[in-house]
Amino acid sequence: MEQPQTHIQPPGRFSTGFREIWQYRELFYFFTWRDIKVKYKQTSLGIIWALLQPLGMMLLFTLLFSKTLNFDTRPLPYPVFVLSGLILWNLFQSSVSHAGESMIQHAGIIKKIYFPRLIIPGSAVLVALFDFMMGLLIFLVFCLVYKQAFHWYTLPYFLGGMLLLLLAALGTGTFLAALNVKYRDFRYTIPFFLQVLFFSSQIIYPFNAITQPVLKYILALNPVNAAIELFRCGLTGQVPDSLVLVAGASTTVVVFLAGLYYFRKTEAYFADIA
Amino acid sequence: MKPAIDIRNLGKQYPLHDAPPYVSLRDILSQSVKKVFSPAEKKEKFWALRDINLQIEPGERVGIIGRNGAGKSTLLKIISRITPPTTGEAFIRGRVGSLLEVGTGFHPELTGRENIYLNGSILGLKKAEITRQLEAIIDFSGVEKFIDSPLKHYSSGMQLRLAFSVAAHLEPEILLIDEVLAVGDLEFQKKCLGKMEEVSRKDGRTILFVSHNMSYIASLCDKAVLLDKGRLVKEGGAAEVISQYISSARSITALDNSPIAANPIVRLLSVQSINAGHQRCESFAADETIGIEMEYEVLQAGHVLWLGYNLHNEEGVNLFDTHSVNTAQYTEPHATGKYKAVAWVPGHLLNTGMYFTSCAVFNHLRQVIHLHEKDILVFHVHDVFERQTARGMSPGEFPGMVRPLLEWKIEKSET
Repeated sequence: MEQPQTHIQPPGRFSTGFREIWQYRELFYFFTWRDIKVKYKQTSLGIIWALLQPLGMMLLFTLLFSKTLNFDTRPLPYPVFVLSGLILWNLFQSSVSHAGESMIQHAGIIKKIYFPRLIIPGSAVLVALFDFMMGLLIFLVFCLVYKQAFHWYTLPYFLGGMLLLLLAALGTGTFLAALNVKYRDFRYTIPFFLQVLFFSSQIIYPFNAITQPVLKYILALNPVNAAIELFRCGLTGQVPDSLVLVAGASTTVVVFLAGLYYFRKTEAYFADIA
Repeated sequence: MKPAIDIRNLGKQYPLHDAPPYVSLRDILSQSVKKVFSPAEKKEKFWALRDINLQIEPGERVGIIGRNGAGKSTLLKIISRITPPTTGEAFIRGRVGSLLEVGTGFHPELTGRENIYLNGSILGLKKAEITRQLEAIIDFSGVEKFIDSPLKHYSSGMQLRLAFSVAAHLEPEILLIDEVLAVGDLEFQKKCLGKMEEVSRKDGRTILFVSHNMSYIASLCDKAVLLDKGRLVKEGGAAEVISQYISSARSITALDNSPIAANPIVRLLSVQSINAGHQRCESFAADETIGIEMEYEVLQAGHVLWLGYNLHNEEGVNLFDTHSVNTAQYTEPHATGKYKAVAWVPGHLLNTGMYFTSCAVFNHLRQVIHLHEKDILVFHVHDVFERQTARGMSPGEFPGMVRPLLEWKIEKSET
């Protein structure tokens, strides 16, 4: 019988390790399953909480801004506009903050058992994706209430936006997770970093409300903007703003590759320092 | 057939640090400012393992022994891929199951059944394999009644049983075990050992076993490896290697000035067994008084320190614990300085055999353990035939965990 042979040696050249993750896909599944299960066991409101939170925020922003600041969000009504941005933002924010904390939280397991470490931040992102799917359902119902039409291009645009967002979230999350293991006080900067990103994303305001040219180019680099742009175009049928899309998608790819690279480079020593 | 584990020139280097290995960004920033003004200091490193070469054939059961810090756990961690080596390489043929710690990943909110799946998959089982073995796992654990209630309602003993039960049903070709048997009650320990033996004999599984308990090693392993300060110093039959370890363990004395164990309050300088004449001695006659002496230095005044020993026989049975209850220092704080403490074990108490002594500096009232060094001292008790002992004239093995010479009296009750 041919037995699997493992060759153990000092860390060498970079590889993504996706093949190994595929071998460990069941563990990936169980980590995600556990976190979803525990999350909804612990809160009595359960899934409802995941839905109420973006709805509440949407209500707040609608009351605050739709009358006072008069953003031109046409053709989308402001509540639909805000909610679409919010559910995507929640996906990003919850992925990044949970993935960022995940390695510290799992220090006990990391020190005792080997498995591809990427599974840990990866499953944090999947848990966030599960919550997002719940939010998306509510959003779709909400669209129906506002008589928002869906078209053949809605799905590909939605998927494109989600894909961009997930790549950016995974890149940022893995990067922060690895940094967090090494620099324990780094975690305190994460909420601030997310806050800055929230206000630089086109969630409560449309991107074309930014007229200052330098600021416009800087904000276009924010990967969340590109994802929201694509997602909303699925509803409006407009052509995505090429500046936002190209700049944002480029940052997404850079962030994803850099985060993955840094994580893979440092992961061998997580057990020694965690 | 190729060896199941083939280790070549393996080495593992760790940076030597007093502080925790992770750092804060604040420190990094302040250090980099300092570095501008003072030359960089060299970071010290030490080798936890050095030049290890070891071949283990499929089906061999190998005990890894050595003092604390000898590199035993590091070796298992490298083989189970938790940490990478610094130099060298190793080839592992077959699936590795590691029991470095049972119950890894257990979640209190999930039920026993759910935790079996979670823990099983963390330990490397496929979902289908777990489902196939589920009944056996639940049976073996003995917690059937509670299997569908959340783990947080389990006692720690029950959690351990469940955890071990999952681990015992792993079917890896190579099983790594590190001190798991130190926990749990005696009956369950025996059950686990039995299961492990059954598994390894029947399926020809390769086992690597790290333990301080020489009797477990002797009964479970056919081969043993002795590590000392990161180097492999002896490899061979279990009995042979154990006896070398025991003779090297005896040589822990104050001769080398490095403390055996230390913390900011107290450090242990030496532990040795002495005879009635205060001479160092490792082998005692059954009727001889045995002194267990530890030398320690108190670095911080004001602590009430209790001293204690516990004595285990070769089977790992804890024969007794003894604490420094009749000393002035039991209630009054120690001043700083060096101390020697002797506890005298009376003659005619221990049966013949090997004894493993652990020593501790602690205070149970304050719930602190300053030091606890397991099996730090080993001595031997042998028979003596020229003087009166409990054995009298009976030949052969004299059973019993202890062998006191009791006062007998025979009177004629009827005339």
